[in-house]
Amino acid sequence: MSALTLSARDSATMLRRSLRHMLRYPSMTLMIAGMPVVFLLIFVYVFGGTMGNGLGGAAGGRHAYVNYVTPGIILMTIAGAATATAVSVAMDMTEGIVARFRTMAISRASVLTGHVVGSVIQNLLSMALVVAVALAIGFRPTASPMEWLAAAGLLTLLVLALTWLSVGLGLVSKTVESASNAPMPLMLLPFLGSGFVPTDSMPAGLRWFAEYQPFTPVINALRGLLLGSPIGNDGIVAVAWCVGIALVGYLWSKKLFNRDPSR
Amino acid sequence: MTTAPAIMATGLRKSYGDNVVLDGVDLEVAEGTIFSLLGPNGAGKTTMVQILSTLIGADGGEVRVAGHDLAREPDAVRAAIGVTGQYSAVDRLLTGEENLLLMADLHHLRRAEGRRRAAELLERFDLTDAAGKTAATYSGGMQRRLDLAMTLVGDPRIIYLDEPTTGLDPRSRRTMWQIIRDLVAGGVTIFLTTQYLEEADELADRIALLDHGRFIAEGTADELKRRIPGGHIRLRFADADALRSATHVLGEVSTDEEGLALRVPSDGGVRSIRTLLARLDDQSIEVEEMSVHTPDLDDVFLTLTGQPEKEPVR
Repeated sequence: MSALTLSARDSATMLRRSLRHMLRYPSMTLMIAGMPVVFLLIFVYVFGGTMGNGLGGAAGGRHAYVNYVTPGIILMTIAGAATATAVSVAMDMTEGIVARFRTMAISRASVLTGHVVGSVIQNLLSMALVVAVALAIGFRPTASPMEWLAAAGLLTLLVLALTWLSVGLGLVSKTVESASNAPMPLMLLPFLGSGFVPTDSMPAGLRWFAEYQPFTPVINALRGLLLGSPIGNDGIVAVAWCVGIALVGYLWSKKLFNRDPSR
Repeated sequence: MTTAPAIMATGLRKSYGDNVVLDGVDLEVAEGTIFSLLGPNGAGKTTMVQILSTLIGADGGEVRVAGHDLAREPDAVRAAIGVTGQYSAVDRLLTGEENLLLMADLHHLRRAEGRRRAAELLERFDLTDAAGKTAATYSGGMQRRLDLAMTLVGDPRIIYLDEPTTGLDPRSRRTMWQIIRDLVAGGVTIFLTTQYLEEADELADRIALLDHGRFIAEGTADELKRRIPGGHIRLRFADADALRSATHVLGEVSTDEEGLALRVPSDGGVRSIRTLLARLDDQSIEVEEMSVHTPDLDDVFLTLTGQPEKEPVR
C-alpha cells in the first residue's frame, strides 16, 4: 500500500474513533445544535417583530426577520462547534492514548484528521437541524437545487477552515479551560457583522470592522444563494477567506502537533 | 536471531532549560532480555523511556533501536516497539474491545484477524467479562492490563514498560510479573523502569541505577549487591537511653532514632552475631528485637544514591 493509502486508512480509523466518542457522549453534539436553536427562537419571536421592521424592506416584521437572521444563526452554529472542537482536541492531548499514537508507526496527521473530519460531520448535522427548525418557523428560501448545493459547499468550506483553526487553538492551549475560551471571539463575529442587522445601521468604526471581517461576506453570499439578494464579489471574498483560514489553521496545527509533547 | 543489541545508546543527553535530566548515558540491552532502569523519582527514568520510544527528541547522543537509528528512521523504530506508560494509554471513552480493535486497525490487520487477536488478548489478560464496558470504568489493574494488551496487538519485538506496576495491589503486581516473564520467554526484549527494587530483582537480567541523569551502577542484581558491603543486623531497643548506650559501645553504626534501632554491618554469621550480642550484654544493654538482613537491592540503592533528594520541579 502506498503512503497515501495508509494515511487515508489511519485517518478513517481515527475518524471512527471520533464518531464513536460523539455517539457515546451525545451531549456535546446536542449542545452545539441546541444553543443556536435557542438563539434563533429568541431572535425571531422576541426581537423579530421590531427588528424585521427596521430592515427597510417592503414586507418587514417577524416574517422578514426569519429570512434575514437564519444565515447569521447558521454561522453562529459553526462558531459554537469550533469551541467544541478546541475542547475535544485539548482534552484528547491530555490523554495517554495520544502519547501512544505518537510512538506508533502510523500517519501522524491522522490523529488530527480524525478530529477534523469528525467535527465537520458533527457540525454539518447540527447545521441541518438548525435549518430544519428555521424552515419550521417560517424561513422561506427561494434557492434552486444548484444554489442549495453552492450554499452547502460554502458552509462546508467555512466549517473546515474554522475546524482546523480550532484544532490549532486546542493544541496551543495549556489547559482544557483555556481551550474552551480561546474560540470565544468567533462567537461574537456574527453579531459584529451582517448576521443580525444590516451593517449600514452601525456607527462608522464598527461598520468598517463589520464589513471587512470574514463572516460578513460569507453571510451575504449565503443570503444571496438562499434568498436571492445580490451577491456581488462577496462570493469570491468569502471563498478566499475560507481557503486562507483553512490553510493557516492546517499548517499551524500540523506544526503544533509535531512539537515534542510537553508533559 | 541477530546478535546486535535491541537497544543501544551512547552519550544520551536531554535537558529542560537549566535542568539536566540525562547527562551522557550509555546503554546496551541485549535481545530477548529484561533490562531494568531503577532510580529515585525525578531521576530521568520516564524521560529516558520517552526518548527511546521516539516520543520526544534527545539533545545529544546516538541511539539505535532494533537496528534503526532513532533520529533518522523513527518510523522503523516505531514499527518494532511497544510502549506501556506510567499513565494509562487507553482510550477511556471506548470499551476494552474497541480499544484493542482500534490498535488492530492502526496496525493494518485484516478485520477478521483483528477480531481474533482482540478476543485472544482479552482472554489472556482476563478482560473478557469487561470487554464491553468503557475503559473509564476499569480498575487500575484492569486499565494497566488493557494498556499492555493494546501494546501487544502489534507484536512488538521491544517493549518499554514505564513503572508498569506502580499503584497496583500485590496480586495484580504478580500477575503483571508473570505476563512479563511470558513475553520474554517468547523472545521479546523488555525495557522496564521501576521504583520497586524487588521487581527489578525478580525480573531483570541487567539493572542500571539512574541518579541525577547518569548511570551510577550497572550489572546483574548479584553484581550490584556485591558492590556494597555485606548485610547488616538490625537491633531495636526499648528506649532512647539503651539506643544511645548501644551506639556508644558499638561505635560505627547507623542509627534510626525514631525507630529506636540501629544497623550494624555484618556478614550474618552466627559467630559475629554472638560476639555482637555479648558486647551489648557486657554493658547490660537490653535488645528488644534483632533481625538479620542479607544485602538486597534496597541497600544498593540507598548506598549508591545517597540521601533521598527532593523531586526536582519541572
